[in-house]
Amino acid sequence: MNDQAINMIAQAPPGSSLWRDAWHRLKRNRLALFGLAVLSFFILIALLTPWIAPYGYADQNLDLGASPPSAEHWLGTDVFGRDLLTQIMYGGRISLAVGFVATSVALLIGVTWGAIAGYVGGRVDAAMMRMVDILYALPFMIFIVLLMVVFGRNLILLFLAIGAVEWLTMARIMRSQVQTLRQQEFVEAAISIGLPASTIVRRHLIPNALGPIIVYTTLTIPSVMLLEAFLSFLGLGVQPPQTSWGLLISYGAETMEEYPWLLIFPGLALTLTLFSLNFLGDGLRDALDVRGAGD
Amino acid sequence: MWRFIGIRLLQAIPVIIAVVTVTFFLVRVAPGGPFDGEKAVMPEVKAALEAQYRLDQPMLQQYAAYMGDLARGDLGPSFKYPGRSVNELIAAGLPVTAELGLYALLVAVIIGGLAGVIASLKPNTAQDYIPMSAAMIGICMPSFLLGPILLLVFGIYLEWLPVSGWGDIPGDKILPAITLGSTYAAYIARLSRAGMLEVLNQDYIRTARAKGLPEWQIVVKHGLRGGMIPVVAFLGPAFAGVLAGSFVVETIFQIPGLGRFYVQAAFNRDYTMILGTTVFLSTLIVLFNLLSDILAAWMNPRLRAQFGKR
Repeated sequence: MNDQAINMIAQAPPGSSLWRDAWHRLKRNRLALFGLAVLSFFILIALLTPWIAPYGYADQNLDLGASPPSAEHWLGTDVFGRDLLTQIMYGGRISLAVGFVATSVALLIGVTWGAIAGYVGGRVDAAMMRMVDILYALPFMIFIVLLMVVFGRNLILLFLAIGAVEWLTMARIMRSQVQTLRQQEFVEAAISIGLPASTIVRRHLIPNALGPIIVYTTLTIPSVMLLEAFLSFLGLGVQPPQTSWGLLISYGAETMEEYPWLLIFPGLALTLTLFSLNFLGDGLRDALDVRGAGD
Repeated sequence: MWRFIGIRLLQAIPVIIAVVTVTFFLVRVAPGGPFDGEKAVMPEVKAALEAQYRLDQPMLQQYAAYMGDLARGDLGPSFKYPGRSVNELIAAGLPVTAELGLYALLVAVIIGGLAGVIASLKPNTAQDYIPMSAAMIGICMPSFLLGPILLLVFGIYLEWLPVSGWGDIPGDKILPAITLGSTYAAYIARLSRAGMLEVLNQDYIRTARAKGLPEWQIVVKHGLRGGMIPVVAFLGPAFAGVLAGSFVVETIFQIPGLGRFYVQAAFNRDYTMILGTTVFLSTLIVLFNLLSDILAAWMNPRLRAQFGKR
């Protein structure tokens, strides 16, 4: 945990005590710390999977078939005799990657869009936010299904499609932050000494709007992961030979009557991750004292 | 109030047109025509088929013709089921999905609302923590996981409830409705707790207490109206979510509804069916969003005053 603290403080702008205070508040929140610990553990495993997975990803043992958890296969095996723990570890890499990459896409578009709209203001702002309003009203779940059907089911498209949906709220949060900050003296001072707009946005506005953005990002990742799992469950997301937690749950649901462990363990992995992210997000919201980010 | 409704209605129209246009062109630029998969169709036959479905015309002309059909409420023929129109297929699936969605929303509002209100009455006690922890589980337990688990426990191990079908055996509607509604029950519990907490701290509630009204009357008559506004505003998005969730729940429980049609159409690349269903569902969602916005505005005296006197 101490490393985390050092990290947080190192990232914070020098002289600011906001991040230190926030970290102290977060440390008192047991659930958020639990979430952070579980999440760090899962990410570590995902990064190390190729070296620490107990079996090869494609290793089959057709003689063994589906077997319940045992000493050799801690979480059992599937109908092809593939080790479930290995499958879940590799699936977790994809699920987490979708969560983080798609959220980054959303972050990039949303923050840029919102910062420009909020900083430029006037007619540009009205036009940009009007577009966000219209996009908001679109039934996106159905659109993503449509996109996956039309353009085939590849991972890059999945990242982009989900990211393209999730940036809208990010843009709104960023815009309202920038609008508030723009009125303040230090920004006026920056304008008066003739800094270019891009520098002001990058050096002064974005760092100061970071709190709500961090909180919303933490809460976006689980909803993105849920979306990926939903699509994969329907067979429209991640495709074999790749796998993800959603896909494993979908296979597990097919054979759960005979082999319930194939449903339960991938389900547990997904639920635990979503839990951790939500707890961490809620904890960060309280710690950074952000109102109105996320639902 | 009418002005508010009028403005919202006008805002919904460009959204619906945008949905139709984007969907139409997305489906048209999709790689592979609908008849490419069929093995060695004779060129004349293919030409005849394409003529029948207007695929030989320029894209803009197709678009104009489609918009014309749509204005008359005709969603066109299905590619995969010859002789059946998208309208017929939707008419067959809609009543089932509508019923399922209604039950799911009822489950969500009743269970979620009750849990949220109960939690808000004694914040930061066991009465708050227990329902709110359950709500957290509901949010993190997606329907495609909860459904199979409920099915396994109540359908297969305990044999209390049927495992599939819709309206064939008594009780077969219970599990799908709970599965579909649980996530939204969880969100509604959180929203109504937050809404109630905010309202119960207001001055007019203190006034009601000072008048000596019984606590239940304060909560039900004065608290709910303000505290439930966020919940009502959430019903629009929840409806959209329930429709999308029906794709999964209808697949799990083998229910012959619109959601299952949609997923099948997606796999069959039945483009007209996908197009028609998307347009239909999207319009429905936009309208429902509108309805929930209007209802929330009507419940909010400040908004009503702003738009009422004019």
